[in-house]
Amino acid sequence: MSYLQQYFQSDRAGNSMLGALLAIAILVPILNLAVPESSVFHVSTYTVTLIGKYLTYALLALAVDLIWGYCGILSLGHGAFFALGGYVMGMYLMRQIGDRGVYGNPELPDFMVFLNWQELPWYWYGFDMFWFAALMVILVPGLLAFVFGWLAFRSRVTGVYLSIITQALTYALMLAFFRNEMGFGGNNGLTDFKDILGYSLQSDYTRAGLFAASALILVLAYLLCRNIVNSKLGRVVVAVRDSEDRTRFLGYRVEYYKLWLFVLSAVLAGIAGALYVPQVGIINPGEFSPLNSIELVIWVAIGGRGTLYGAIAGAILVNLSKTWFTGVLPEGWIFALGAMFVVVTLYLPRGLAGLITRKQAQT
Amino acid sequence: MSGLDKMRETFRRDQVWNFLMPRYTYEDVLDTSKGPILYLEDVTVSFDGFRALDDLTLYINDGELRCIIGANGAGKTTMMDVITGKTRPDHGSVFYGQRIDLLRLSEPEIAALGIGRKFQKPTVFEQHDVLVNLELSMRMDKRVWTTLSARLSGEQRDRIDEVLEIIGLKNEAYKRAGLLSHGQKQWLEIGMLLMQDPRLLLVDEPVAGMTGHETERTAELLTSLAGQHSVVVVEHDMEFVRSIARTVTVLHQGSVLAQGDMDTVQNDPRVREVYLGD
Ligand SMILES: Nc1ncnc2c1ncn2[C@@H]1O[C@H](COP(=O)(O)OP(=O)(O)O)[C@@H](O)[C@H]1O
Ligand SMILES: [Mg+2]
Repeated sequence: MSYLQQYFQSDRAGNSMLGALLAIAILVPILNLAVPESSVFHVSTYTVTLIGKYLTYALLALAVDLIWGYCGILSLGHGAFFALGGYVMGMYLMRQIGDRGVYGNPELPDFMVFLNWQELPWYWYGFDMFWFAALMVILVPGLLAFVFGWLAFRSRVTGVYLSIITQALTYALMLAFFRNEMGFGGNNGLTDFKDILGYSLQSDYTRAGLFAASALILVLAYLLCRNIVNSKLGRVVVAVRDSEDRTRFLGYRVEYYKLWLFVLSAVLAGIAGALYVPQVGIINPGEFSPLNSIELVIWVAIGGRGTLYGAIAGAILVNLSKTWFTGVLPEGWIFALGAMFVVVTLYLPRGLAGLITRKQAQT
Repeated sequence: MSGLDKMRETFRRDQVWNFLMPRYTYEDVLDTSKGPILYLEDVTVSFDGFRALDDLTLYINDGELRCIIGANGAGKTTMMDVITGKTRPDHGSVFYGQRIDLLRLSEPEIAALGIGRKFQKPTVFEQHDVLVNLELSMRMDKRVWTTLSARLSGEQRDRIDEVLEIIGLKNEAYKRAGLLSHGQKQWLEIGMLLMQDPRLLLVDEPVAGMTGHETERTAELLTSLAGQHSVVVVEHDMEFVRSIARTVTVLHQGSVLAQGDMDTVQNDPRVREVYLGD
């Protein structure tokens, strides 16, 4: 092995995290399905779904860290790609309802019958097939990111300006998806799902399966991202972050590097959204809210940007505390999040991950 | 003159670039048989009406070490910006050899043609180790997909070691570039230029912030590069210029004020007027 490989691949914290994720991917479903409810070791279905949701957030945070932590692209619109992936999955789940809807129309989802639509819009075609929907989960966010990134990076929009237009992007999509004419259920969004791949979404087994799938996909995404940031391409990307001009004058076409990384990140965010929707059972335009995108950047900042595992830890820890906090003091959450962000920025500029690397440096 | 123009037109064919770029070789297109490697003619750049370069005409010969001096604001950095594609002139022409029109190319394309540049403010990748800085600068295919799977070959590793030796940073190879001293950063950036294996080096104020000893070593290094490379050095430090220069060009208000060897230039009454105010 080359010295460079050894040098970059000592990701101890990341490996521990992967181990933990694999362990819960196996253990949590077992503790939920096989351990009787009376036992103290039983994990309730509610908890399974809750942690499963956090895992999809963690995947989203990983996607943001890839571009923000390594390439310095601060996207404040990544919630849009997440929501698009979610809508694609939602469309598939809607078509699976078939004639079991309130109006019993075998072709049209309830909201279309309610709007007096006579036939399925063309862009809903194909979504009754899982493989097609799965493909779209990748293509829809990927294509949007490609077009958006191509325009933005070629015209060398960077820094705050880029962040602002990503906010505008997600805001515009939110307004569009609120409209009934768009054909995505207006402000109610898509909901009342029945089953996925023929398995009932109410069943504990399905939920455990979705949970395990979320954990495994997160592990795979982590490995993919780690391979990329450890490759020479990853080093070029960090070079772009630190000195874009220098990189360009060395002969790298910076805009292509940014574009491909941005597209990959958007695809990961879309997959996260697609895993999220069957677990929470609804997708509505609120997911496009600009605030969501800002909040998820805060998860990454708290966890520590530019480490990958920091983003995952940040997403899970912040959302755990959010769940706990909203139970105790609902109005207080936004202040608590703000306070955490301020404390981390002031005392832990490298986030929680900074604590680990500091400790490693000492030993 | 019109014959030369005609010939340029003949060779301004876009097909050249398509086959050229992916292979990142330029030797077969770069034509310096007439002597100069760089032709700047009537180049004008204005910023809000202010002419930073004013009908600048300048030729750099292949293999030459040329010093460019001039007061602050004379347009030296702007000239480098034009050559490397960062700034587009209002008019004028910039040719690399006889056939390559630099005004039609982007910064990465120009870099891939073997034109390397050191910035006035030392610019290295601070978060990367010295070694990685050099690795990333190496002359090779720099497209996204090839970069993803690129591995250092033994030969390339040797080249990195060689350059580490030249720039005196052997013991700092695994140090983060951000932790280097100012002078070391200047050297690292020169090392990054060497890794690109360029034909033409543009070096903007290389000895700013260096100690006397460091300055001397930089002078040696740059002098040793001339011959196989063409080197254009912009500098303020007269002692330094005197120690390396064969030909000096004095830039004043965006155009050439005087040119010749150091003594001729220093005794030129116009130069004395501008520099010494008499
Ligand atoms: N981007 C810019 N916008 C406006 N003015 C500029 C810009 N770049 C350079 N200038 C002006 O052009 C003149 C030449 O600058 P420069 O080439 O940096 O000089 P030098 O490197 O010789 O000190 C200066 O007066 C400077 O203020
Ligand atoms: Mg200057």
